[in-house]
Amino acid sequence: MSARHSLPRSIAAHGILITYTLIALFPVFVIVINSFKSRQAIFREPLALPTRETFDLIGFQTVLAQGDFFQYFQNSMIVTVASLFFVLLFGAMAAFALSEYRFRGNSLMGLYLALGIMIPIRLGTVAILQLMVATGLVNTLTALVLVYTAQGLPLAIFILSEFMRNVSDDLKNAGRIDGLSEYRIFFRLVLPLVRPAMATVAVFTMIPIWNDLWFPLILAPSEPTKTITLGSQVFIGQFVTNWNAVLAALSLAIVPVMVLYLIFSRQLIRGITAGAVK
Amino acid sequence: MSALTLSNVTKTFGTTEVITGVDLDVEPGEFCVFVGPSGCGKSTLLRMIAGLEDVTSGDVKIDDRRVNDVAPAKREIAMVFQSYALYPHLTVRDNMGLALKQAGTSRADITAATDKASAMLGLDPLIDRRPSELSGGQRQRVAIGRAIVRRPKLFLFDEPLSNLDAALRVATRIEIARLHRELGATMIYVTHDQVEAMTLADKIVVLRAGRVEQVGPPMELYNDPANTFVAGFIGSPQMNFLKSGPLGLSSAQMGIRPEHLEISTEAGQIAGKISHVEKLGGETLVYVLTEDHGLLTVRLFGEHDYQVDAPVWLTPDAARAFHFDEHGQRLRPGESSAAGRATP
Repeated sequence: MSARHSLPRSIAAHGILITYTLIALFPVFVIVINSFKSRQAIFREPLALPTRETFDLIGFQTVLAQGDFFQYFQNSMIVTVASLFFVLLFGAMAAFALSEYRFRGNSLMGLYLALGIMIPIRLGTVAILQLMVATGLVNTLTALVLVYTAQGLPLAIFILSEFMRNVSDDLKNAGRIDGLSEYRIFFRLVLPLVRPAMATVAVFTMIPIWNDLWFPLILAPSEPTKTITLGSQVFIGQFVTNWNAVLAALSLAIVPVMVLYLIFSRQLIRGITAGAVK
Repeated sequence: MSALTLSNVTKTFGTTEVITGVDLDVEPGEFCVFVGPSGCGKSTLLRMIAGLEDVTSGDVKIDDRRVNDVAPAKREIAMVFQSYALYPHLTVRDNMGLALKQAGTSRADITAATDKASAMLGLDPLIDRRPSELSGGQRQRVAIGRAIVRRPKLFLFDEPLSNLDAALRVATRIEIARLHRELGATMIYVTHDQVEAMTLADKIVVLRAGRVEQVGPPMELYNDPANTFVAGFIGSPQMNFLKSGPLGLSSAQMGIRPEHLEISTEAGQIAGKISHVEKLGGETLVYVLTEDHGLLTVRLFGEHDYQVDAPVWLTPDAARAFHFDEHGQRLRPGESSAAGRATP
């Protein structure tokens, strides 16, 4: 057995990682098990698994009976996927321009775009709301997509331009000599090579958008444009909270984002382009 | 008519001049090698010919057509890169055929061209594989095949052998020489390895710090270097440079190749002590530490036994010596020792 794979080391490493996984998953686990329990059971023994007596689907029934719930899901999905698409597309294009072309103000532009990582977009909420009112975009999903695209771009550009700098110049030049347009070079040669980075950016961009409550509440609180996080709020009252329904709604809200994550994580692991350039 | 003409070509990045006025003429069918230490601007010059870098001033002409503002794809050139730069998502066949496809060639013509190139390079068994399934040598052959398929006016090679191991490098070098003979094409080849330059070139261009030091056929550069830089760069092991003072010469420096130094254990012109011996079978290299000239290399043919630290005497073959002035410029017999003579 080599030094790098000694048994105690590997046990220690696994021990630490498993402990961390358990800690991280515990809140999720508690939410999911309680969503399958009756109201009394949730309060009597919050950490107990649902048993024959305490098992109750009342939460899910409430959520699904609340007619618009699929609409909320759909809205969240549309906003997340559309924002993700624009963040990845424009982020990658801007990153390519910044890393590939020499032009006046290149590094200044890069710095300007990176500033967005440090300054939270919520500081501009009032101005954004005024803008949306002026353009008549209040209570539309377009407003949310625009804001989230702006929110996601800085980090996307920052991460992707670092990765694109590492794409072989020779490969791009070979494309130029063979007569490929800059767009084909970008889409066919460069993007596939930075796919793992794109997946990383996708995951980091997607989760805050899916979870956001702030902008849906301010920009699109109308019934037809509510997102799932906003929709779940109807169960949280000032005096009474329908915990069954809240927990059920949260459990359901995990599913789509998990599916998206699984899709991207396959890309994270895949190294299909390895060996393209020595 | 020339295949490539550079007239007073310069390149500046910001305020730094990387290429300072290069003039060059390459005849059709010629194999021209740019050689020089790293950072001398040889790759930049090649990229300027390819159109991948803008020319700051001066003219680049391919086949007597000024191409300064012509896109790389329209210059009728093909380039082979050090890192192969194969398209990872395409098979060997598609890699080779992409340029023709972009140019709108018919499918049948593309297949004919790729078949011919693959037969020429022995790539037939690999034709449907992807680059990730090939070894380094195979990838480089595909990259060369991709260049051949285009039937370019000019082949550009950017250190194509640097990533290959020693045995493969020799084999590929011979293959490139064979291709040059078979295709009769004009080739520009960049390398930092003077052995590649000597073995492949019809014409060598020695570059230093963005300036052409000397242009000529390999043997001319070897036998008649213009200055100490060319003399030291061409030939392996490197030429020895001796101070003229202790030898009683009028020039500033004397250069002598390792094979033209005679070694003796009894008597000679320069006294020294053996510091190291390298036995290569066919030849023996003896490194001698001398008081006046530092470490000198002696090249002997066949096997010889010398003990480290043994005292020896060296005698340069006066007829084979090169003389240089204080600026490193060559002083030829019959010329006055006037300093600052322009490079040819």
